[in-house]
Amino acid sequence: MKSQKWSSSKMESERRVLSFFIFKWASCYDALLLMGGDMIVNILLRLTWHLLHVTIHLCYFAINIANALESHLISKGLLRRYKSLHISKLQYLAIVIESEDCRTSNVIELLQWLADLGVKHVCLYDKEGILKKSKDFILEKFDGATLFQENDVLLDQPLMTLEFASFSDGKEAVAKAANVLFMKYLKSGSTSSCQGDQIFTESQMGEALKTVGLCYLSDLLGGNGPEPDLLLVYGPARCHLGFPAWRIRYTEIQHMGPLKSMKYGSLIKAIYKFTMVQQNYGK
Amino acid sequence: MDKEYFLTKVLSYWSSLIRKVVFCVLRVGPIPTHIAVIMDGNRRYAKRKLLEEGAGHDAGAMALLNLIIYCYELGVKYITAYAFAIDNFRRKPSEVQKIMDLLKECMTVLAKIAKHHPIKVNFAGNLELLNAELRDEARKLMGATAEYSKFVVTICVCYCCTDDIVHSVEESCREKHYYHSYIGDSHDDDKDDDDKDDERHMIKLVDIEKNMYMAVTPDPDILIRTGDEHRLSNFLQWQTCHSLLASLSTDWPEIGVWHLVKV
Repeated sequence: MKSQKWSSSKMESERRVLSFFIFKWASCYDALLLMGGDMIVNILLRLTWHLLHVTIHLCYFAINIANALESHLISKGLLRRYKSLHISKLQYLAIVIESEDCRTSNVIELLQWLADLGVKHVCLYDKEGILKKSKDFILEKFDGATLFQENDVLLDQPLMTLEFASFSDGKEAVAKAANVLFMKYLKSGSTSSCQGDQIFTESQMGEALKTVGLCYLSDLLGGNGPEPDLLLVYGPARCHLGFPAWRIRYTEIQHMGPLKSMKYGSLIKAIYKFTMVQQNYGK
Repeated sequence: MDKEYFLTKVLSYWSSLIRKVVFCVLRVGPIPTHIAVIMDGNRRYAKRKLLEEGAGHDAGAMALLNLIIYCYELGVKYITAYAFAIDNFRRKPSEVQKIMDLLKECMTVLAKIAKHHPIKVNFAGNLELLNAELRDEARKLMGATAEYSKFVVTICVCYCCTDDIVHSVEESCREKHYYHSYIGDSHDDDKDDDDKDDERHMIKLVDIEKNMYMAVTPDPDILIRTGDEHRLSNFLQWQTCHSLLASLSTDWPEIGVWHLVKV
């Protein structure tokens, strides 16, 4: 009896040990399978992502080829609809250039194209202020322009007027204008501390910005202040790079690609597209 | 009828599954943290589809709610939508009222979604221009979802960037005035302290940025505008210095998963 009990308990314990090892082995196998499965899924996902990336790149490559061909045809004057541009609709043009891409030779060539098209007022912007530092050189090399002076009369100018701007004319200018308004607020002795009371208006902000000398063009350009009608971005991405926020409320923004591969046909197409735009201004 | 319902259910299930697989693939690469959208083209969509006036805005609201869900699934952390500009008050009163009614409905839907998912809802803009009922609803929803931070939805209502800048300058002036009146005077007359006081009295860029309506979110990585338009229309031009500006030719109510994938 005792030996039977002992043998059955021995068998039971052996069974338990065996089932423990089988379970351990099975769970290790499951873990390995899971890890392997996870790796396979990760690899598949990565491959699919790269495939999607390549497909979208190929689509954009094809679009760029088509755009380059169209630009070539426009330059040759073969596309009728681009032959007559209503350039008078473009009163003020801004050009944003990626600072690393700022080659003065390209900039001068671009300005020459704009002068040939009849654009009268241009603002050149780059974030680091490289164009601002080179303004004397640009004005010397490009005969067809003068530096805009604040009190100049702008209409019917024979020469193009050029403005140079950088990042410091944007957010930092607003901070300076805020201090101008703050000084006026202190002097006025106003004690309005109620959250709901409006103490400044947008026109006061605009005047303060003029005071700090950063809104050169005034209502002479048609009532809306120094706001470009069209902003052309020459750089790797469609991004305004900190162009003064106060001035691009309703500005059309077109991306032109890198400055080194600029095309005359693309410039005409961008201006043509602008002249066809209708704005509701929120209405 | 049953057959149609069944087919709709099956199609909906499969499209949801395909969408989730596509999002799994997209998450392998970099995902933008913050997407901003200008919802342009609602009226053109209604005109094109020969719908009644205002129906375009209904479709637009639906598209916005769908986009919020897609962004949540994709792992985007912030989404900001330009729902109503201050300039839009110049539209017909019936259209303005329609948009306000839609806004109220969206608040109700967002409140229900927030009960099941940790979504924080913000309303950025001059809320004093809204009627009292809407303003209270907006504040209630913001209060109820304030503790969540995993996914933040910002609806810009009665917003425009120049108004945001003026508002933040006003707030900065009030803060500096308070400091000047109550705290600045208690400092010593030492010259060095005077120079430090002068600096403290100046409004700095960081003061302006912290008082903006949009200070609740980081700057957008991408700003998407539908309706084949290429301007910012006084929306986030301060915050989009380094944002990719994407313009889609489709009207807002037709925006879908594939547009998001392409961008």
